[in-house]
Amino acid sequence: MKPFRQFALLLLAALAMVSAPARAADPSGEEIVKRSLEAFYYAGNDMRSKVRMKLINAQGNVRERELTMLRINLGKTGDQRYYIYFHNPADVKGTSFLVWKYPGKESDRWIYVPALRLVKRIAADDKRSSFVGSDFTYEDVSGRNVEDETHTVVRKEDLGGRPTYVVESKPKTVIDYSRRLSWIDRERWLPLKEEYFDARNEPLRTFTADKVEPTGKQWTITARSIKNLQSGHRTEVVYREVGYDVGLKPDIFTERYLRDAPGQWVR
Amino acid sequence: MAGTGRAVRVAASIVVGSLALACSAAATGQSVSLDGFAQSHVAGRTSGVDCPSGTACDFPAAELRGQLKAEGKNSGGGAAFLARFDLLRDAAVDDTRLVTRELFGDLTSEKASARLGRQVITWGVGDLLFINDTFPKDQAALFTGQPIQYLKLGSDALKLNAFPGPANFELVIAGFRPDNTPTSRRFIFADPLPAGLPRRTLEPGNDSGEAEISGRVSGYLANWELAGYVSRTHYRSPAWRVTGSEIVGTYPRLNTAGVSLTGPIGKGVVSMEAGYYDSPQDRDGRDPSVENSQLRGLVGYSRQMWEDATLGLQLYGERMRDYAAYRETLPAGFPVKDRLRKVATIRFTQFFAHQTVTFNLFAFVGLSEEDRYVIPSLRYAFSDNLWAEIGANLFAGQRSGMFGSMQDNSNIYLTVRYAF
Repeated sequence: MKPFRQFALLLLAALAMVSAPARAADPSGEEIVKRSLEAFYYAGNDMRSKVRMKLINAQGNVRERELTMLRINLGKTGDQRYYIYFHNPADVKGTSFLVWKYPGKESDRWIYVPALRLVKRIAADDKRSSFVGSDFTYEDVSGRNVEDETHTVVRKEDLGGRPTYVVESKPKTVIDYSRRLSWIDRERWLPLKEEYFDARNEPLRTFTADKVEPTGKQWTITARSIKNLQSGHRTEVVYREVGYDVGLKPDIFTERYLRDAPGQWVR
Repeated sequence: MAGTGRAVRVAASIVVGSLALACSAAATGQSVSLDGFAQSHVAGRTSGVDCPSGTACDFPAAELRGQLKAEGKNSGGGAAFLARFDLLRDAAVDDTRLVTRELFGDLTSEKASARLGRQVITWGVGDLLFINDTFPKDQAALFTGQPIQYLKLGSDALKLNAFPGPANFELVIAGFRPDNTPTSRRFIFADPLPAGLPRRTLEPGNDSGEAEISGRVSGYLANWELAGYVSRTHYRSPAWRVTGSEIVGTYPRLNTAGVSLTGPIGKGVVSMEAGYYDSPQDRDGRDPSVENSQLRGLVGYSRQMWEDATLGLQLYGERMRDYAAYRETLPAGFPVKDRLRKVATIRFTQFFAHQTVTFNLFAFVGLSEEDRYVIPSLRYAFSDNLWAEIGANLFAGQRSGMFGSMQDNSNIYLTVRYAF
């Protein structure tokens, strides 16, 4: 009996040693989402990428958008600036957007309409509005605030061979979704999948990271898609020429370059 | 003289554009892009009035238009050009013409840039209301429902920009170009000038005394944008005067100075602009053919109402400086304006079906003149290349008002565009 008891105690101790640190190392839902937002929206000090969007309706009709996206982080405050230039389709070619994003405060947004050579400031309280008719909201493009939702870790599981945390997030104020589940890579911190549910808890839309690739020091989602499960509309996005710390300067993100695209970066 | 001046300017523009084209094409051989569109636009008059002969009555606009745009830059990005031509079959007035919408060359460095040639310039923060933007416009296009890009006409100009630091400076030196104001070719309106006399207009020439110079300085104060403007220019609609056996239209001198401000308040965007219009050819306000000096101002606010829907409101006023002189010298038969002319505008835009359907409503409401101009429109994008828009230009109210005087010109329009 004695050796068995010793063995049992040893086993228990071993289990405790294995599981206790593991449990202590598990970050909170909020920490996971915060790290995920940092990995996804804040990687590098700046970023340049060419983006190809396919907007596909339930009948299978395809519309395409091609744009250059530039982003810069301003210090440690979380302030960011985005510059988006449309190459295609022909009718919107040359249209550009400028976004000054502040955590915890509405963004400032401008649009440049090339046919009128007009710069217009646009009302910014539309972060849940569709970005150029796609299934992405403005928030999906430039990130939401971690404080806008409460976050709870639901479980850990593997998704497509990657270890993930599954986190449930509920918005603090009433918006178009009532909750979402996120599968966040436990090592790379990228969101690999998100499921949104409406007020009746019916599936609303699904986001998937279709391709994750190493880009210099970072792992980058280079293809993602969002499907609206209620309308059947979906949007597929491919990121090409992704570069971090390419040397963007803050003055690119001003009216001057909104009117005249910075040729060095917008090709 | 004016005609010669314009020919010279256009020729200069073409030379500049061609040079830029040649240089950039030679430098890289592959940086020139071509695109354009084909478009049909028809506006049908809704009022059943009889038109005078010579006025396009049933269809004030009926045209087929092809636009070709070429643009390019050299590999270093320091030189660029843009050319935009419209070939137009205008059935309403039985005319076929080639229009140079824009044609310019650019030189750019880190701290400065220069643009020479025909170019569209838009200043100010108003929505379809212009105070410090004195550049040429096309009201005839607006009133017949042409796509909004046709609201502005290009200026034949040299534009210089400097970006020394926190502020941007812009200087525009331009030849005179009149607005495309409504005429009896497409529009019906009461004309207090004597009928039967021949009319001609005299445009300011290109000699140094009549050059137009405009300047703008702009910058950010936190996330607010401030700008200051000055212009030494001309009124762009003719001041008519009966001289013996004919009626002569001239474009009196105009000086303007003003400021604008825009920034976020609450969940929306507020815009404010003010400007002083100095009429140097009518400083005492006693010449009825020349506009009185005025102070103009506007305040606007726009915000999102719900997803994909935006509402914008503006209040605009223009106040005559020498009202007593205006009243004393106004000839009989001309409508009397208020000292302070107030206009409110409303814009509501809603997208549907992933922004393939756009409903837009814009309305001018004349608070002083008790008239209205309402522009509803519905656009559907069949694909990335093809869209169609149906809309209307509805004028109503007192016939003495600016919009009310146009009420026999209310129309419904249809535009179809295929872009490539």
